[in-house]
Amino acid sequence: MGAAPHHMIIAPILIPLVAGAIMLFYNDRNRQTKLVLGLVAVGLMFLSSTELMNDAKSLTDSDGSVVQLYRLGDWPVPVGIVLVLDRLSAMMVMLTALLAGPSLVYAAAGWHGKGQHYHSMFQFLLAGVNGAFLTGDLFNLFVFFEVMLAASYGLMLHGSGPERVKAGLHYIAVNLTASLFFLIGVALVYGTTGTLNMADIARTVARMDDAPRLLFHAAAGFLGMAFLIKAAIWPLCFWLPPTYSAASPPAAAIMAIMTKVGIYVILRLALLILGPEAGASAGFGAPVLMIGGILTMGFGMIGVLGTGELGRKGGYLAIISSGTVLTAVGFAQAGGGVELLGGALYYLVGSTAAISAFFLIAEPVTRDDSGDPAEPAPEGAVAVAERWEWTPMGLDTVEDTVDPASMRTVSWMTMAICFALIAAMLAGLPPLPGFIGKFAILRGAVSRNIALSGELPVMLWIYSAMLILSGLGALIALIRFGMRRFWAEQGPAPRILALEIAPVLALLAMILLLSVRADAVLNYTRATAMALLQPATYREAVLKDAARLDATPPQNLDPQAGQPLPEGAE
Amino acid sequence: MELILALAIGILTSSGVWLLLRPRSYQVIVGLCLLAYGVNLFIFSMGRLYVGAAPIMPKGGFVDPTAYADPLPQALVLTAIVISFATTALFLVVMIAARGITGTDHVDGRERD
Repeated sequence: MGAAPHHMIIAPILIPLVAGAIMLFYNDRNRQTKLVLGLVAVGLMFLSSTELMNDAKSLTDSDGSVVQLYRLGDWPVPVGIVLVLDRLSAMMVMLTALLAGPSLVYAAAGWHGKGQHYHSMFQFLLAGVNGAFLTGDLFNLFVFFEVMLAASYGLMLHGSGPERVKAGLHYIAVNLTASLFFLIGVALVYGTTGTLNMADIARTVARMDDAPRLLFHAAAGFLGMAFLIKAAIWPLCFWLPPTYSAASPPAAAIMAIMTKVGIYVILRLALLILGPEAGASAGFGAPVLMIGGILTMGFGMIGVLGTGELGRKGGYLAIISSGTVLTAVGFAQAGGGVELLGGALYYLVGSTAAISAFFLIAEPVTRDDSGDPAEPAPEGAVAVAERWEWTPMGLDTVEDTVDPASMRTVSWMTMAICFALIAAMLAGLPPLPGFIGKFAILRGAVSRNIALSGELPVMLWIYSAMLILSGLGALIALIRFGMRRFWAEQGPAPRILALEIAPVLALLAMILLLSVRADAVLNYTRATAMALLQPATYREAVLKDAARLDATPPQNLDPQAGQPLPEGAE
Repeated sequence: MELILALAIGILTSSGVWLLLRPRSYQVIVGLCLLAYGVNLFIFSMGRLYVGAAPIMPKGGFVDPTAYADPLPQALVLTAIVISFATTALFLVVMIAARGITGTDHVDGRERD
């Protein structure tokens, strides 16, 4: 590693951190300034993420080493903290930047004015998320998790009100407890392996004795619990729908990436540390992910059918998406193959964008007055608004002879079409990425198992059925809502700002692009999956300097060097 | 010493868990604090137990690692204390806001019927 350190790797963490800090110098009323700063930061983040993605791609193409390291403070590898860039982290960082832009624009429609320091918290959240994606150290991951969570508490409570404070109280309590689980897990990992570097942990686990291995499994259980709470697997997902539906729409849209942080960590650790090369620990936890993931999909499906509130439906859709990917991770850990995992990663990207768009669209389409929440109506306006209000029995609207069809504004129609597209995407209808992702998962599962043993294991049958059923459930729930809301309902359409439509359109454009360029994206995710399923390459790339450290024992241990124990030791 | 430390961690954690599951938000926050103390002690103990050993080694010369305590868990504990203190303070603010808005200190925002 004689070459100059590749400073670009730390850019996605530093840019939002600095931008968020600069914003604090401005008065909170200068929202436009902060908005511009925020957009510039997100733009820069996107540029750096494209650069990182190019790096990750060219790395794999050329010299075979799949990762790039950035040593913080230039400490040697197993001692210091490293940031590690590989295909998976580059992809996730880019996804974060892509979701952040629309969410920020949407907030400009008025939500950023409903409380204090929205933009700073937003940037700190991005810094935490990117840090979690890029770090290669378990305790550093904890710190970035806390940065992300602390910012998310603020964003979740943004706008205040009883509903948000109540949901926020639960959300914070659950996450504080999860963080304590995380700490217990980290401590146990350090106690059993003596290191916190993920690659080094993986190396140690492979040659561990039985007694510490038992403790290490306990550690893996604790860590898994912490991340599965975040990723919302079935019995641990009860906090998600109320929280996400209570949060303000732009906050919920960016929090859609936060469940994916949990999934990312599970994906990374399960395949790196408990993957096929982990000796007796190989495949530890895979059954939990498989069974739990399938149950999660079922729970999400029942939830999305059972609840009438659109925001909660969004929460359950996020749960379905989590369950789908977690099950695929479980299969991959148990040897499910590259195709299946590649499809699941593609699905992860597409469904996260769709869920983010869903949270953005959920508030405007359920808005039941013609008022604009961005600018609270002045005192006198209430009486005027009441006169125009539609009364259900039609008693007061005798003189209102306007044809109902003409009441549909262009913005309302656009929203309806967007809603239908997002519903189709989440349900997995062709030609949208939801379908392509699920198809790739199924194809990977079937082709590999048929080739290997001639039949599909029962678990994969259930998974395939759940993939299709959960899509059907989402379709029924969303189409039922859409028909009732967009076709059957009378009365004037709510006013919707262009600033609220534009981000949804941007996300939809992204989803469509994902469909058009499905070939390229699937190739990328497949290569990512391939790299993930060969943890040895990652491990050796991270530890290539550490091997040298191991070979030469530290100089000052040489007994000839002199003095007995220094007195200061007491 | 092992027994005392283990008992301390066990008692702190179990009281913390019990309080965490109580319906009053004040009990929840005290429970979280106790749980955090238990966890911090646990992290500390994962660096093995030393009596009277400094965690900082002198520069240069011969150093016998067995005479020093493991400095890493102490650094981890320091970070963990700061973070859990900050998040608990934040939780306290939300708790007070919830008490003010809902008029009750029940975690669900309303008393059970």
